[in-house]
This record gives sequence, C-alpha cells and structure tokens, in this order.
Amino acid sequence: MSGRRLQGENLHLWRGERHVLRAVEFDLRGGEVLQVTGANGAGKTSLLRTLCGFMYPEEGRVLWDGADVRTDMQTFHGDLAYLGHEPPLKADLTGRENLRYWVGVRRRLSTSDIDTALENVGAAAFGNRLVRTLSAGQRRRVALAGLSLLDADLWLLDEPTTNLDAKGQQLVSRLIEEQAARGGLVVAAVHHPLDIASTRLRPLELAA
Amino acid sequence: MVMQTSAVEHSHTPSSAAFGGRTVRASAWEAARLILARDLRLAFRKREQIVQPLAFFAIVTTLFPLSITPELSRLREIAPGALWVAALLASLLALEFLFRDDAYDGTLEQFALSGQSLTWLLFAKTTAHWLLTGVPLALMAPLAAAALGAPMSSLVGIVSSIALGSLALSLLGAIGAALTLGVKRSGVLLSLLTLPLAVPVLIFGARATELAIKGSDFAAPLYLLAAFAVLGITLAPLAAAAAVRINLE
Repeated sequence: MSGRRLQGENLHLWRGERHVLRAVEFDLRGGEVLQVTGANGAGKTSLLRTLCGFMYPEEGRVLWDGADVRTDMQTFHGDLAYLGHEPPLKADLTGRENLRYWVGVRRRLSTSDIDTALENVGAAAFGNRLVRTLSAGQRRRVALAGLSLLDADLWLLDEPTTNLDAKGQQLVSRLIEEQAARGGLVVAAVHHPLDIASTRLRPLELAA
Repeated sequence: MVMQTSAVEHSHTPSSAAFGGRTVRASAWEAARLILARDLRLAFRKREQIVQPLAFFAIVTTLFPLSITPELSRLREIAPGALWVAALLASLLALEFLFRDDAYDGTLEQFALSGQSLTWLLFAKTTAHWLLTGVPLALMAPLAAAALGAPMSSLVGIVSSIALGSLALSLLGAIGAALTLGVKRSGVLLSLLTLPLAVPVLIFGARATELAIKGSDFAAPLYLLAAFAVLGITLAPLAAAAAVRINLE
C-alpha cells in the first residue's frame, strides 16, 4: 500500500470578519477516512476548499506526504479528486460524454472504463441521456462514477450523499470503503455520519 | 516522492502515482484535444451562442448601406471602419460566453484541479472560442465586404486581417472574461476592460482592410496584428489562469 499522508497543521482561515477555521489539526494516513462534521456555516466547505488550495489559510499548512502542498500544487492536484456541492457536469452533454471530457483531461480512459464505472454506481441505464434531463440524484451518481474514474489517492467530498436515496447513500459508503481499502484517503464533509467501519473513521468536529 | 516530475506535460506514458500505476495520465495535448472537442460539441448543441454574434455582425454591416448611401464609391470609404467596428463589437459580445458556463457548473474548478497546467487548458478553451466565433466571422466578412463595395481582390486581405484580429481579440478578451467571472451581468464591465486592449487591434485591422480595398500592400498592418496575436498567445492565458484562480477562492 502506498503510505500516503495528509496533515493539517494549525489551520486558521478568515473570511472577511469571520474566523472560520480555528486551529484545525488532523493527521490522516492511507486507508483512513476523515469525517468532517459541524453545523451549517461551521466551515466544512471552507476546509475542503482550503485543502484543495482554492483558499489560502491565514495561518498553518497543509502537508501531503510531509511536504507543504503549496510548493508543488500541480502534482498535489494530480493526486486528489474533489467533488463539491454541485456535480461538475455539463447539462448539454450526456453522462457518458461528461465523463469522457471531465476525466479524460486528467487520465487516459477507454469506453469500457466508463461503462464499468457507470455500472458500478447504477448509472448505466441513463448514461446516454443528456444531463439536463436527469434528476439531481442521477446526476450525483454520474458524478460519483467520475470520482472513481479519476483514480486519485485523495478524495475530498463535500456532502457526497446530497440528493441520494437510501441505496445511493449506501453506494457512497461503499465507494468510500473501497477507496480506503485500496490505501486511499478520504476527507468527507457530512451532516449524517457515514456508514463505514469505525476502525477507518477519524472524526473531526468543527465548532460553529 | 512519487514518480512524476515536471515532465508530466509532454512525456507520453508517465505512470500515475495512484495505486501502483494502473492509470496513465493524459498528456497535455490529449487534454487540449478533449477540451476542443468538448467545446465544439457543446457549441453545436447550443447554437444560439455562435449565431448571435454572427447575426449582429451581419445586421450592423448591412445597415450601413441603408443608412448612409447605396453609392459604392462612398461605401467603399467607410467599409474598413464599418467592418471592423462590427467585428470588434461582435467579438466582445461573444466573449461573455467564453468562461461563464464553465465557471457556473464547476468545470473550471475541475480544470484547476486536473493536475494539468491551467494556463494551457485555458489556452485550449480560448482557441476553441476563436474557432467558433472568430473564424466564422472571418468567413462571413467577404459577404459583408461585398455589400459595402469592396472589390474581389481585397477579400484575401479582409479575411486574413479579421481572422488574425479576432484571434488577438479572443486572447486579450480572455483576460477580461476571467476577471469578470464573479460579476453578475458582466457584459458592460467586460467591454470596458477589454476595449483599451482591443483598440490597437481595431486600428491595425481597419488599416489592413483599407489598404486591401485600395489595392495596396497590406502586409505591414497584418504583421502588427500577428504580433498582437503572438503577444496574446504568450501572455493572455497566464493572466486568465491567474484571474480564474482568484475567482475560485
């Protein structure tokens, strides 16, 4: 297993007058899942966007394999997959086309890769429909197919179960379990606790 | 550290760090090709974005003979100005669409996180934008020019000047388009930001067209347009990428 490691060191983030992240600390290793909880506005999304490098913390560092991610952002980005509130899909392309272009910018993939990924998330039946005709939950499933296709060591997930039915929520837990079992890392901001083995789970509660 | 270096961009089979090198990273060329293919496909599904600037160009240039005079010799005098002002405004109109949809649906965010150079990806996007707006404009220009009394012999000069000029405008405009991503109803602001950069293109473009219509050698202003395009190619994507990053914060 790749011994990858993500650390947050004393992270402080201000948004205008608000002190959003206050001395956030964590140490996550391959095979572990950081479950970030907290009330609305507690800074879950801000934490994920800080980890991505979209936001710069006023203080503290994010370390990837022990090195500050800011020294080589592009390589770090090549190792991570980020899924925000909204699935990054084009309404005027089909699910399949979306995956080809979104994931293809990053890695080579064949049609059968896409088929397998869509089947794996139960999206094969509607993969050829324009995304604008899909329901929010179906879009989420297509996005999850993309997430697994990106094949990144580190997953940063913002509310991954939004809009999903009970089966879909199990699917998210299963995907996260599989990612961790392969030695990958997951940081997930959630409202409801994830249904995964507690040995893998590292809780992080953000104060509002 | 893992087995990837800065050579990722051009080497053909660098193995990914992910899970024992099962996946192969896309090269920069593959990524650019996919972005071009994607934008062309999207454009054909949402045709109004291509048609709108072209219709604008056609309407403005045909209104000149109606409003000034049908006399060809006088139309010929105003033809360079009319063609170029219409082409410039049509380009500005099209600029608004350059990054807006991609910013809105999270595509730009994924570009920024793709591990590819954002500068390069935005360059590919801007090229696609030029192919979809500038090139059709250049291809339509002969019709408009003929309506304004330009002789057949001038068409090469007119088409090449508008093709080069619109490339420079797309690239320079990309900076403004990226800077105004966070602004709602950004059209006016975008025009204000882009116009100062666009004025030299307008001047040399109109000059090349004028010389072409007179039957003189139009190479000099064309070279200057090419210089602007090269300046745009080298600097604009860098600036646009920086602006997009600020917008993601």
